[in-house]
Amino acid sequence: MGQILQVVFDALSLGSLYALAALGIALIFGVMKLVNFAHGDVIAFSVFALLWPSVDAVAIIFAGNLPWFLLIPFVLAIGAGLSVLSEIVVFRRFRRANPATMMIASFALGFVIRYFLLMLFSSRPKSISLLPALSQPVEIFGARIPLLQLITILITMAVLIGLTAFLRRTRFGLEMRAAAENFTMARMLGVRANRVIMGAFALSGALAAAIALILGSQTGTANIMMGANVMLMAFIATVIGGMGSLAGAVLAGFLLGAIATVMQTILPPDARAFRDAFVYGAVILVLIFRPQGILSARGTKERV
Amino acid sequence: MGASVIRRTIATPVFLSLLLVAFAVTAWAVGSRPFNQTIIDIFLQVIFVVGLWIFVGNSGVISFGHIAFACLGGYVAAWTTIKPMMKGNAMPGLPDWLMGMEIPFWAAAGLGAFWAALWALIFGLVLMRLSGIAASIATFAMLAMVNSIYSNWESVTAATSSVVGIPIVRTVWPYLIAAVLAVFVAWAFAISRHGLALRAARDEPTAAAASGVNISRMRLIAFVISAAVMGMGGTLYAHSIGVVTPDTFYLGLTFTTLSMLVVGGMGSLSGAVIGVLILSSLIQVLRWLEAGVQVGASTFALPGGVQEIALGVVMILILMFRPAGIMGNSELNLPNRRSDKAGQPAPTRVL
Repeated sequence: MGQILQVVFDALSLGSLYALAALGIALIFGVMKLVNFAHGDVIAFSVFALLWPSVDAVAIIFAGNLPWFLLIPFVLAIGAGLSVLSEIVVFRRFRRANPATMMIASFALGFVIRYFLLMLFSSRPKSISLLPALSQPVEIFGARIPLLQLITILITMAVLIGLTAFLRRTRFGLEMRAAAENFTMARMLGVRANRVIMGAFALSGALAAAIALILGSQTGTANIMMGANVMLMAFIATVIGGMGSLAGAVLAGFLLGAIATVMQTILPPDARAFRDAFVYGAVILVLIFRPQGILSARGTKERV
Repeated sequence: MGASVIRRTIATPVFLSLLLVAFAVTAWAVGSRPFNQTIIDIFLQVIFVVGLWIFVGNSGVISFGHIAFACLGGYVAAWTTIKPMMKGNAMPGLPDWLMGMEIPFWAAAGLGAFWAALWALIFGLVLMRLSGIAASIATFAMLAMVNSIYSNWESVTAATSSVVGIPIVRTVWPYLIAAVLAVFVAWAFAISRHGLALRAARDEPTAAAASGVNISRMRLIAFVISAAVMGMGGTLYAHSIGVVTPDTFYLGLTFTTLSMLVVGGMGSLSGAVIGVLILSSLIQVLRWLEAGVQVGASTFALPGGVQEIALGVVMILILMFRPAGIMGNSELNLPNRRSDKAGQPAPTRVL
């Protein structure tokens, strides 16, 4: 019983991470058809914002010394700020470009951000202790769950509920959904394009920063590549969730987390190193049967 | 009449090959080791970018995964050309027939091409069913999958540690021949009926499908051919430096090749080759600056990472202001004496 519960919690917390990342990617894809390859680097940047630039192996904590109630908003603001900045400086000029062009531009931007971090901090992983109080375990029905895992799941639930309420109940959310459905039509009806797109970027950046906080406290290291793996899983989640469908992205994120955790448990020890390869294989199997994704969004297929 | 047939068939690859031969002859005439190595690097990049172009240029689907095929090819070099004794230490899990194998590098390159093409066929059967953007992301997943397998399969790939002992080929000529071969293969595919059908599907998918073009099958053919070229390039890459690691063939190389293709222009083979030549020169200059240059009494050096940042910025600027790349959709060719534009390809919407 305890063991099964452990697996369930592992799956939920890993799935939460993937779901948050997938949501950040799907939000931007929804409003401007941009597959944001810079998302993973926004995650890494948000962690490094806590450190003072130095190429030494030992991290010099700078903003990381803030008390938690200031630290969390600070990191979220950094993520949102960088994301909005990338919109203003780069992506705004690609509004009329086709999705493939924007995708490559974001790939290039991601590289610029990553090597900017490399220039300031070197490529060596640095150990940091971010919110150390969270690594203590708590006992639930005989399973020992790290407090962080519990918080990750709860935060994700809160974010999902909050975002749903925001998208369904507020005017801004309505505009955002309208823009995701049919951008041109939404503009014709008086939705302000720039505001909606900047809102989507800010939300996406803040989600990236939330992932950064979770990853940073989970692993205790800051690494310029730390966002890459989560981003890849998030991309896959948006593809199998159906490009542009927010609910699909979240669902697929949790599904991926579950697949990965179950593989980790049932695979023989020799094969565990290949867990991610098996997950990608499973994804390819899903795509054979549903090439359009689990929940395919309306309006993504071009009409003739 | 004769000139027009040449224009439409072999003029472009011949021009591009002459350009490459000029580089090789310069390297031979200069005769310095580092310069020789630089030219070899350029030829390898030409192979990679031209290989990438066969798929991306003709189908309009961006692939982030082609470097995975170079990785497959690179490890073929490690499996088939290292002396059996050394192989046993680094990769004890190889089957016996592979363990005893020691073939020359050109045979390994052929085998690398075949091995990559085989896997491209298997992956492609699934990936080519997806639509444009989803396919791009799935190719990225394929890259990560291959990298994850090759970085963990200790007994067959020595995991993340470097596999050393691959015989190093130092003369430029084999690389020149391979690059010219890649250019001709790419051009032959582009002007074949499959290539034409694929470009039709890229520009007007609905009309092409209605005219009986099986889009996913055409994409699959291009995918396999381009993977073969990438596999050959990967094997030769391994022979140029004598070492392979999985991370040699990962995001860094993906980024460089893609940026060269974008800067040169995805719509044309000449663009692919010229993009390599221009960006390789830029990278070389930045490497010198990163290593440090004497200015008067003080040494001026750029911090590490500037090279990639500069590449990224150049790429973004090109995409902003000249999205079709330097060459756009035009090829290097004989001057067209007739002034009608009927023979010109229509402007495409790829980039």
